[in-house]
Amino acid sequence: MKELLSGNEAIARGAYECGVRFAAGYPGTPSTEIMEAFATYEGVYAEWAPNEKVAMEVGIGAALAGARVMVVMKHVGVNVAADPLFTVSYTGINGALVVVSADDPSLHSSQNEQDNRNYAKFMKIPMLEPSDSQEAKEFIKIAFEISERFDTPVFLRSTTRVSHSKSVVTLEAPKTMEDRTAIRCNAEKYVMVPMNARKRRVEVEKRMRLLEAFAENFPENRMEINDPEVGIITAGMSYHYAKDVFPDYSYVKLGMVHPLPVGLIREFASRVRKLYALEELDPFIEEQVRALGIEVTGKAIFPYTNEFNPGIVEQAIIGHDKILRTLPERQLPLRPPNLCPGCPHRGLFYVLGRLKVFISGDIGCYTLSFMKPLDALHSCICMGASIGMAHGMSKALGEKGRGKVVGVIGDSTFLHSGMTPLLNMAYNHSDALIVICDNLTTAMTGMQEHPATGFTLQGEKTMGVDLAKLVRALGIKSVRLVDPYDLKKTRTVLKEELAKPGPSVVISRRACVLFKREKLSPGKPLRVDPEKCTGCRLCLGLGCPPIAWKKLVGPSGDQKKKGEKQQGIAVIDLNICSGCGLCRQLCKSDAIVEQI
Amino acid sequence: MDTKGILIAGVGGQGILLASDILCRVMMAADLDVKKSEVHGMAQRGGCVTSHVRYGQKVYSPIARKNDVDILVSFEKMDTLRYLYFLKPEGTIIINTEELYPPAVNLGDAVYPEDIIESVRQLFGIVKVVDATGLAVRAGNIRAVNTVLLGTLSSCLPLPLEIWETVLKNTFLPKLLEANLKAFQLGRAV
Repeated sequence: MKELLSGNEAIARGAYECGVRFAAGYPGTPSTEIMEAFATYEGVYAEWAPNEKVAMEVGIGAALAGARVMVVMKHVGVNVAADPLFTVSYTGINGALVVVSADDPSLHSSQNEQDNRNYAKFMKIPMLEPSDSQEAKEFIKIAFEISERFDTPVFLRSTTRVSHSKSVVTLEAPKTMEDRTAIRCNAEKYVMVPMNARKRRVEVEKRMRLLEAFAENFPENRMEINDPEVGIITAGMSYHYAKDVFPDYSYVKLGMVHPLPVGLIREFASRVRKLYALEELDPFIEEQVRALGIEVTGKAIFPYTNEFNPGIVEQAIIGHDKILRTLPERQLPLRPPNLCPGCPHRGLFYVLGRLKVFISGDIGCYTLSFMKPLDALHSCICMGASIGMAHGMSKALGEKGRGKVVGVIGDSTFLHSGMTPLLNMAYNHSDALIVICDNLTTAMTGMQEHPATGFTLQGEKTMGVDLAKLVRALGIKSVRLVDPYDLKKTRTVLKEELAKPGPSVVISRRACVLFKREKLSPGKPLRVDPEKCTGCRLCLGLGCPPIAWKKLVGPSGDQKKKGEKQQGIAVIDLNICSGCGLCRQLCKSDAIVEQI
Repeated sequence: MDTKGILIAGVGGQGILLASDILCRVMMAADLDVKKSEVHGMAQRGGCVTSHVRYGQKVYSPIARKNDVDILVSFEKMDTLRYLYFLKPEGTIIINTEELYPPAVNLGDAVYPEDIIESVRQLFGIVKVVDATGLAVRAGNIRAVNTVLLGTLSSCLPLPLEIWETVLKNTFLPKLLEANLKAFQLGRAV
């Protein structure tokens, strides 16, 4: 049977087909749909862990018990999970362990575009890289075979373009594997104290030599000899970009990007006249090919930054695009992403932005508050960083920073990696204010459950941690709750907490406006009474998508003009207004009213 | 058959991804290889959304290069102009007349261009202008804008109507099907 699947759906399907029944992960674009798709298969166990390190450790434990386990995360998640991963490379895994890393060249939805192929080399873990959905499904199976055969964790690296493209996949019947789980103790192999780890370290090098030999005959490292004039070594989506524009060139298409098949590459190099290494981001293949003493062109012509496309590949190799016609250049207003109409973050950040404080931000929808007109977020580094950074900044500023430093973090992000830095704030007498923007879900990646939502990934009811009690247990004495739809109260509470000495936490709680389970209906769409609107533009400061500014010009505008100064009026698009009422609270002339 | 390309573009929330999914299923039903590509995530929050669909006997890249797309289906009037460079000079354009103002226009810092359809007509021969929102309302579901535009697209592709109808029937829940079939027919008649 054939089905149209995204790369992510295909990875989940492949894991299911080859008998994997255990997976753990933390949501993050572009990886999220892998876990979501896997969780729907019959007889599987799949969980969202609070962060990638926990997911990895859950996976390692399950693999040590003999299970075949998939652990899933985005590229920066591997940074969080790196600590256990580096060492599980030493121990081996008993069952099978495949780590899916979904990288994000072009930073479509990430804070950096790190190339996680480097981790494969750094951690001495083999890595496969599929180029489309069919390969994604096949490669995850191969990854599990390699993991079992060589007693090693294996990376499957995807990129946004592979994860989020859809193509035709042939489905197969799922295999059921015999249950191989059991308690087996082997302290020498799994207790990584120096005396044991030194021995395992040697095993890692032995394993790498075996994997290098395996790579030479691995059928998915494929040589396609066509025109011997030009040879391209490539992997992943770049292969398709190149084949699209240069179907007649010769190729080495690598299914395994670490370790590289050195013999195959040498042979290929000897059979083509001009050799290219075509790869997005780092010169990972190129540097290794050059280290073999082979002349190769790579980053001299291909960009280091951003994902490629067929045009970039063509331009780099032949020196120009296939330009058939140049269109007149035209400047258009940009269309950046924005907080949704009715988003609970808007009220909070509207207030925060006017408090003249430094706002140490974090990862989530609210990061968009850095943009105009809210202008209410001043740093964002990684998951959980807001709290430690706010504390550090507050300490460094001393008296100058009193009441001037705020950290903001979402509920899911707080549970991911905000708890330890908050404990640190209590422990080290911090003076900063932390605001937890609690929208009752992991909104940014599309409403995933977390330990405070009361549900698991597979929809089972469970405990939901009480954030206020948790924060108190971490040693924070001053904890307040606000509704960000109430601008006045939110402002009062934030000012009071900023004025207090010592660390405080304000929980700004209201469900994400897109969250269907909460069945929200903030209110009825509002409209602007043009007779009352004075054109003061206060409501526009919210940056709410339905509120637009209409200039009063021409005959009808002139007639409507009430004061000399009035340049225009606000209008609200009733089709997208959620009726949250923030603009109504700001309007000083009662011009924002309900629809008639 | 060479690989052909369709680019569907618009604003997050307009149903672009479902439209390109339906298009891919139609191509599969017509025994063609097909790939599509879009980027999820930040773009969903009122930002630009594009979905490339490429089909033929054997498709490599899921995204097209400049001057390579056969049909551009633009769900938002102004955003048509953002993607013209993808089109072949002899390409076809389908434009929805809906205007969605980006923040800079809302704030009065930028102006929404007024000459969009005229300037597109000067550059390209086949331009179909569709009031998709109006037709969706006529069909009985304001959210069926994407199905209206698929209907218009279907009139530009040499594929039997039955394939489209079968895929639509397999896509929509029974309670939504009637309005969507109607929306498709209205769009196809443009």
